[in-house]
Amino acid sequence: MTVKDFVQHFGYKILSCADKADKTEITGVYICDLLSMAMARVKDGELWVTVHTNINIVAVACLTNASCIVIPENIEVEELTINKAVEKGVIIVQAPHTGYEICINFYTKNLEFGDG
Amino acid sequence: MSSIIKKEYDIPANDFSLAGEASSNVRKLLTQLGVNPTIIKRTSIAMYEAELNVVIHGNGGKARVEIFEDKIEIFVFDEGPGIEDIELAMKEGYSTAPDSIREMGFGAGMGLSNIKRNSDKFVLESEPNKGTRVYITIYLY
Repeated sequence: MTVKDFVQHFGYKILSCADKADKTEITGVYICDLLSMAMARVKDGELWVTVHTNINIVAVACLTNASCIVIPENIEVEELTINKAVEKGVIIVQAPHTGYEICINFYTKNLEFGDG
Repeated sequence: MSSIIKKEYDIPANDFSLAGEASSNVRKLLTQLGVNPTIIKRTSIAMYEAELNVVIHGNGGKARVEIFEDKIEIFVFDEGPGIEDIELAMKEGYSTAPDSIREMGFGAGMGLSNIKRNSDKFVLESEPNKGTRVYITIYLY
């Protein structure tokens, strides 16, 4: 399932690099707000959920090859962060749901995709 | 053996808008050289953590990166306050980061262990008031 498939289905908002969304596959989900923990654990292609919106999340997503960052509960993202994400080619998504709901959504939608 | 590429980066103190620029630059360089993606990821993570330590704790410093045919050597150093107890600092979960830094998501006490985990060789030298030097080696094969 691509970022576009996921985001479109649930009506999430893409804040940066929307042009990459249909070419970027999501392989799983990782939720954590400790940046070093995320740095150590996010696997290539995973969607990373964090409530942090500071500029450093872009570096973490970029270096771990996360498919995208999903900011839950419609938290506003600083312009500085969005600009950095555009510069580094990182997709940031804003979702109205909680981290838990985002996980469930990914899981159920991904099962559908797996079934063809 | 002489290195193929040699780079030096300034790491500014407390400037988070530039934090990670050096490691991001090295990542780009390794991608252009066609290095294995797993090695690129390990190198970028190790270097980013070392860079962040200099931004947060070291009052700024420098990173020197040398890429050889068979390995990458990274030397990150600062003239900051240094580390009093290296063994304690290496312990996962231990951090001296202030609240303002923790609020940004740092200060989990995993930086040094992340560097160690991603390096093939990792040497940390530090003394109070004499700065900190981190040597990272990652083999390409």
